[in-house]
Amino acid sequence: MRPIKPLFYYGPIPTYRMLLCAVLAFGLMFAEHRFDAVETARSHMTSLVAPIQWLVSLPSEGMRWGAMAVADKQALIDDNGRLREQLLTLSNRVQRMASLTAENVHLRELLHAPNPDDVPYITAELLSLDSDPFTQQMVINRGRRDGAYIGQPVMDASGLTGQIVSVSAYTSRVLMVADANHAVPVENNRNGLRFIAQGTGQLDELDVPNVPATADIREGDLLVTSGLGGRFPQGYPVARVDSVKHDSSQTFMEVTASPISQLERSRYFLLLFPPKRPAGNLSGPERMARQVVWPGDPGNPEIDKINEDALTAALTLIQPAVEQ
Amino acid sequence: MGILGYGFVWFTLLLALCLQVMPLPDAWLVWRPDWLGVLLAYWCVATPQRVGVLHGFVLGLALDLIEGAPLGQNALVLSLLAYLFLLLYQRFRVYSIWQQAPLVFVLLGIAQLVEQWLRTIFGPVSVSLEFLIPAVIGALLWPWLFTMMQALRRRLGIG
Repeated sequence: MRPIKPLFYYGPIPTYRMLLCAVLAFGLMFAEHRFDAVETARSHMTSLVAPIQWLVSLPSEGMRWGAMAVADKQALIDDNGRLREQLLTLSNRVQRMASLTAENVHLRELLHAPNPDDVPYITAELLSLDSDPFTQQMVINRGRRDGAYIGQPVMDASGLTGQIVSVSAYTSRVLMVADANHAVPVENNRNGLRFIAQGTGQLDELDVPNVPATADIREGDLLVTSGLGGRFPQGYPVARVDSVKHDSSQTFMEVTASPISQLERSRYFLLLFPPKRPAGNLSGPERMARQVVWPGDPGNPEIDKINEDALTAALTLIQPAVEQ
Repeated sequence: MGILGYGFVWFTLLLALCLQVMPLPDAWLVWRPDWLGVLLAYWCVATPQRVGVLHGFVLGLALDLIEGAPLGQNALVLSLLAYLFLLLYQRFRVYSIWQQAPLVFVLLGIAQLVEQWLRTIFGPVSVSLEFLIPAVIGALLWPWLFTMMQALRRRLGIG
C-alpha cells in the first residue's frame, strides 16, 4: 500500500543546505581569483559541458546549411563572381606588398634597426557567441590541443578582435575588445601618439580615456596596437576614432572610437603566435647587459628591440665583473 | 518518484539549460526568459522534497562553465532562487495561478539583482534596468508553463 502523501511536507528546512552552497560558491569565486590550480581544473570541467555547447550550436549550423542548400543558383553565381574579383584585387595588392616589404627591409638595414618577424598564426572558427547580454565574449573551436594559450591575440580579417581568456582541450573563450573588462594599448597610426583603448560593453564603441586636451587626435584617425604591454604584436588595426569632444573647462578630451574588427559578423579568426619574450626571472648578468643595451624595465626587457650583437658584447663585459 | 520521475526532472532541467545558453542575435539576448530559473522554480514548488538547493547549485555550476562566468556566480544565484521558492512553496499551493505570477516575478527579480551585484564585484559592467526583463518574461510565461508541466507531471505520475 502506498503511504498517504502529506498535504504539506514538513522536512528539514533547507537553510543549512543554502548556507553550505553559499560558502561553497564564495569559496570557488575566491579560489578562482587567487589560485592558478582552479584555472586548470576549470578547463577540464569545461570539457564536460562541451556536449551541451555543441548541442546548442546545432540549430544555427543547420540554419546556415539550410540557407546554403536552398540558395538559388543565380545568387551563388553572383557570389562566386564577387569572390573572384576580390581575389584579383587582393593578389594585386600582395604583389605590391612583396616589393614594399623588400624595400622596407633594405631601409631598416640602412638604419640598423632589427626586422620585425612575420607573426605565425592558426585559423579558428566561431562556435558560439556568449549567451550573456552583459559581457562580450565568444567561444572558438581551437583549444589547448591546437596550442592556444591564455592571453593569445585574436584577429579577424579586418582587425584585432580580442584575446583568449580561458582554454579547454578543444575550445577556448575570447574576450572581445568591446567588453567592459578589456583594454588594449594603442598608438595613433598618423603620428604615433600612444593611448589606451578601453571597451564599453557595447559592440560598436570603444572609449579612449585620459587624452590630454593638447593631444593631436582627430576624427577618422586609425588606432593600431602599439605592442607595449607585451601582449599584442605591434601594428594591427584596432579602432577608428569616431568623435573627439573637448570641453575647454576640462583637462582631458572625450574620445570615442569604433572597432575595426567586425565583432558582430565575423565567423573566421586568426590566432596569432607573437614571439615569446624572456620571462621576468633573468639571471643577474644578463639582466644588467640588457639594461645597458636597452634601458627600460629590467623585469620585462623589450627583446625585439635589442640588437643581439650588442647584447653579447655587453654580456662579455659584464660577466667577469659580476663574478669577481 | 522512481527512476522515470528523476529522469524526467533532469531532462526538463537540462532542456532549460540548453534554452538558456542557446545562441541568439545580440539584440535579442536581453529578451530571453530566465528558462533555467523558471523551471527550477517549478520543480521546487511541485516536488519540494526532491528538488532543491543542491540542484540549483549543480545547474548553476554548469551554467558558469558554459558562459565563462566566475565559477560559483550562477551557482550561488540559482541555489538562492531554489531556497527562496522552497521557503514559499506552501503559499504557492494556495495561490491561484494569476497570483503566483507576480510572486515569481519578485523572486526571479531578486535572484537577477543578486547576480548583478556579483557581477559588479568582479569588474566593471554597464548597469541598466534591462536585467529585470528576463524576470518579467519568466513571470509572463509562468501560467502557461505551470499548467503544462502540471499536466505532464500528472500524466507521468511524478510527485
